[in-house]
Amino acid sequence: MSDKKEIKLTINGRVHNISVDPRWTLADTIRDHCGQTGTHLGCEHGVCGACTVLVDDTPVRSCLMFGIQADGKKIRTVEGLANGSEYHPLQKAFMENHALQCGYCTPGFLMLATGILEAQPDIGDDELNDVLSSNLCRCTGYANIIKAVRAARDEMRKTD
Amino acid sequence: MATATNRMLGHLGDSVERLEDPPLVTGKGKFVGDINFPDQLHMRVVRSAHAHGAIKSVDTSAAEAFPGVIAVWTNTDIDDVPPIDFREGSDPTLALFRQYPLARELVRYVGDPVAAVFAEDPYTAEDAAELVILDIDPLPVLINADDTPQDFMGKATTEAAVVEQGYGDIETTFDKAYKVVEIDVKVSRHTGVPMECRGAIGRYDEARDVLEMYGAAKVPHRNRDTLCRMLNRPASGVHLFEGHTGGGFGIRGELYPEDVLVCVAAMRLGRPVKWIEDRQEHLMAANHSRQQRHIIRAAVAEDGEVVGLDDELYLDQGGYIRTHGTRVANMTTGTLPGPYRFPVYRSVCHFRLTNKTPAATYRSPGRCESTFVRERLMDAVAVAMDMDPIAVRRRNLISLEEMPYGRALDVLGDSVEHDPGDYAGLLDQGLAQIGWDDLQKQLEERRSNGEMVGAGISMFFEKSGLGPSDGAKIFIDNSGYIEVVTGGASIGQGFETAMAQIAAEDLGTDYRRIRVVHGQTNRIDYGVGAHASRATVLTGTAVSLTAQAVRAKALDMAAELMQTTADSLTITDGAVHSKNNPTGPSLTLGEIAEALLPTSKIRGDREPYLKGEEWFHIDHQTYPYGHHIAVVKVDPDTGGVEIEKYFIAYDIGRSINPMMIEGQLVGGLAQGVGGALFEEFTYTEAGDPQAVTFADYLMPTLQETPEPEILLTEDFPSIRTPLGIKGAGEAGITGAAGAIASAIDNAIGIPGAVTETPVSPQRLKTILREHGK
Amino acid sequence: MKPTAFEYHAPTTVNEALALLAEYAPNDGRILAGGQSLVPTMAFRLARPTHLIDINKIVELEKISVEDGALCIGANVRHAKFHTPACDGVLGNLLSEVVKSVAHYPIRQRGTFCGSLAHSDPASEWCMVAATLDATMIVQSAAGERVIPADEFFDTVMTTTLNDDELLREVRIPLLSKDSVYGFQEFSRRAGDFAISMTLVTYRLEAGKIVDPHLGVGGAEDRPRRIAEAEEALAGQIPSDSIFQAAADAAAAAIDPMEDHATNAQYRRELTETLVRRALENTVS
Repeated sequence: MSDKKEIKLTINGRVHNISVDPRWTLADTIRDHCGQTGTHLGCEHGVCGACTVLVDDTPVRSCLMFGIQADGKKIRTVEGLANGSEYHPLQKAFMENHALQCGYCTPGFLMLATGILEAQPDIGDDELNDVLSSNLCRCTGYANIIKAVRAARDEMRKTD
Repeated sequence: MATATNRMLGHLGDSVERLEDPPLVTGKGKFVGDINFPDQLHMRVVRSAHAHGAIKSVDTSAAEAFPGVIAVWTNTDIDDVPPIDFREGSDPTLALFRQYPLARELVRYVGDPVAAVFAEDPYTAEDAAELVILDIDPLPVLINADDTPQDFMGKATTEAAVVEQGYGDIETTFDKAYKVVEIDVKVSRHTGVPMECRGAIGRYDEARDVLEMYGAAKVPHRNRDTLCRMLNRPASGVHLFEGHTGGGFGIRGELYPEDVLVCVAAMRLGRPVKWIEDRQEHLMAANHSRQQRHIIRAAVAEDGEVVGLDDELYLDQGGYIRTHGTRVANMTTGTLPGPYRFPVYRSVCHFRLTNKTPAATYRSPGRCESTFVRERLMDAVAVAMDMDPIAVRRRNLISLEEMPYGRALDVLGDSVEHDPGDYAGLLDQGLAQIGWDDLQKQLEERRSNGEMVGAGISMFFEKSGLGPSDGAKIFIDNSGYIEVVTGGASIGQGFETAMAQIAAEDLGTDYRRIRVVHGQTNRIDYGVGAHASRATVLTGTAVSLTAQAVRAKALDMAAELMQTTADSLTITDGAVHSKNNPTGPSLTLGEIAEALLPTSKIRGDREPYLKGEEWFHIDHQTYPYGHHIAVVKVDPDTGGVEIEKYFIAYDIGRSINPMMIEGQLVGGLAQGVGGALFEEFTYTEAGDPQAVTFADYLMPTLQETPEPEILLTEDFPSIRTPLGIKGAGEAGITGAAGAIASAIDNAIGIPGAVTETPVSPQRLKTILREHGK
Repeated sequence: MKPTAFEYHAPTTVNEALALLAEYAPNDGRILAGGQSLVPTMAFRLARPTHLIDINKIVELEKISVEDGALCIGANVRHAKFHTPACDGVLGNLLSEVVKSVAHYPIRQRGTFCGSLAHSDPASEWCMVAATLDATMIVQSAAGERVIPADEFFDTVMTTTLNDDELLREVRIPLLSKDSVYGFQEFSRRAGDFAISMTLVTYRLEAGKIVDPHLGVGGAEDRPRRIAEAEEALAGQIPSDSIFQAAADAAAAAIDPMEDHATNAQYRRELTETLVRRALENTVS
């Protein structure tokens, strides 16, 4: 049993000063020790992408990082997407396009899409499909997820 | 008063956004893993690494001594807890094959729970679980359901049951047949694999003597009843709560050993007990499904009519019989004829135990398997008779004129009676829409240029709306806000929105003013949950009848208040007004509710409150129908299959929310593609599972999943319910394997090539090589 | 699927990391770089390191540069760095084509090139690239530095000739000449999956004839390697369908394919023939 270490995680702009066991994954740290349960565990071995968060604006599988590695880094999760009561264009697009059914994979897709659209606002359809194929969904059959992310991309380009 | 015309109120037929979505897109959902109670313990299950063996001893001492561990249980600690019974009631002939929450004497599959560790946190629990030492004497392992059955505990054999259905004289029909066509086909072992693993939290409120279970799904009331029987508690002292659930597909929500364990532990250890399964456990411990082998033959007349169908099948049940008993066998044998007449029929199902994960229902259970088998056979008949595969199907389809069409078959206790539908008519529409004849010409030309391309079709019928009954409650408060309480369940399919739209239609309100309650056994006495595509049909109709009753009550009160007659009034966007005067005087539902308060002086003799409770009883299930068409391209060098085009035609009877229905079809197809091309649980001869990670159990990503073109018709509203609705949950998956197999045969030019799923590149290469291609 | 306990270290210099590795490697202490391969094995508790030495804070390991005719890739360089060409010329283009087949986008943001090599999964694209292009591995321990050529680095499945106390600090891939051509082919069950087989071929033409062919196969055997028989079938020949077929046949015959519960040797062999042929066809199209 190793000693806990003090770290500072900044999640959606809020600082969490916590003591972590180094073996706690970032996903478990965010969920169980910072109270942000929007990030979900689908497989815990880096295949499904349900646990995707943004670490310093980069989409990352939080089950493949340890919480202690995120000390001092800027983390964004699904709970931070909306701007107060105003939905993020991706959230709106997902609802308008019926891009979720059970909603379990949704936070992972939202954060993956946020990351790629911020990094490459002009990304083309085929390349976007390639990025979105990183995550698994068992409910929707993906078609509406594609529609929603494209719609959000187009919307976000307009307001830039 | 806002005009209802410039915004959708979410009535029947409106593709409105779902009520479920806002918490889910903001990360505010409460899946069972997100729920925590003060002082909770975490449970970790210790599972057998042997596929079959006698338990000699379980040494828990090191685990118990591990810091942070509160208790470690084996079956000895809970020997008063009976095995998990069948959901639909006891069955003495099958009782022997049930599973105890922790194995007693024997383990029967890798993953079989043998011990449970209760610790302060999940990391500690997993550490301690590794210290439990299982001493197991291996016993012979039975892997194949079509091998000779073995002894079962000296009291029976592993052929737990033989389920047979049929009608007519098989022997004579086959003796006299013009031609007999026989095939031997297999469906692989695969299952739902939702994105959320299973989980449950047991909590005992000692102050009120109430046992609570969180993480319930699918059939909370039934599970409540089973737990009451098992633990000898009254229904008022056991409450099950369904929060958000990350997909079900038939897998989640049946009563599992772990659910029972958290409940018993919460009571006996005096602290809430939380169990969240991991993915590796899920793939070896949650219900598997589908694995069947059929040897099936058709007796064919000279004009292509299939005058007899004779089927023998082996159903691989795995290590135990769980809550479904032999229902999958019943559904397979009962639905195998599908949309075809088959005047003489027999299906004999050898329901056999093996040393693998127990199997049960997965989306479209029995129909998915039987549709694949039957459609393969219809293709084989076409080849044998040198007939076009569509012509053969037409020759055999039940016609509209023959409906309702009864068969001497049973599906889940309901005698089969097809409700009216035009199977051939929808086929005409589908073929026209996809341009079948032109498609065939294009494919022929591409084949002559060396491409391996082809098209295939699969026709099916589905079943939905299993009864017998369901009820609903509606309450409208002083603000006009409506609560609909059901015994339904939500597994992500949009149940709340569907019920709200039905209620909104009948109450004349905006669906956004409606809260739908489901999965809370303490809010309503009875519920059917959500399975068998029954929620929309059964619960939906109950909601409709209740809403109509509440509407009548509201209009009756309003008529007195407005000094007119009830039949001159209507409700628009929550306000009651005269039909002839939409912008005239009106009363809101809230004002009417206020008038009906117990203390209200104007209530008169009327029962207090604007509320209602009604029941709906259905005689027979409904049988929606349709077909799938697939166009594929095969790479002869790699054996890879690309689905170029996909088409689904389906008659839904009446839509509540077309966007949600299409979502069900598209999502179902993705799982169908998975089953046809990718998903398979395999085992070594010793019974070790080989697909226990997502690197081995392959599910389609976005790149492998086609977006289907959909033809959704409402030509034949169901006669079983006043709403005319039929279920949509399973149609997307049912026809997939048959259509894809048919298309692959066509593409490679080898009729009958595909005899098993999944059609992996390696399997396809083997077929090509064996045929010199 | 929670990992077992470990002590965590986050050195900021290479020497610090090597000292930690020297101290803890005998007790199953390991390097943590991208974690995309190591952490899943820890989740399954197949790997149980007692110490993790996280090298992500060591800035000098992020270096990627061209020196002495080779692309030098430091231990912390992520796969994503190759999304756009990491150097001018053919090699840069080659790497940015191959990277599209490496796992998925988010994995590529964390996973490292050198980490893939040290992990030595037979289905790793970078391992095959390193073997085919005769990369050299610069390996360092507290005791000093040594150089391991690619054909002595990959031993078998998940095993290299690195000692436990050594860090793969840098990989050097020789640049390809301006007139080099290449072809890359991979086949997997789904987008982003491990390759069932894959191949990389490079060569150039002198007077219309193939010179200096490199043809490597990965995913099919327990480690990636250049296939001499296939290269011999190409060397000195004028590119043509029949030459390409001969090389593909030679590659298929030369390999000793792995078998597992999902894939047999015959399928891998035949697949390899197809992929080599197609990769060679890519070089002229």
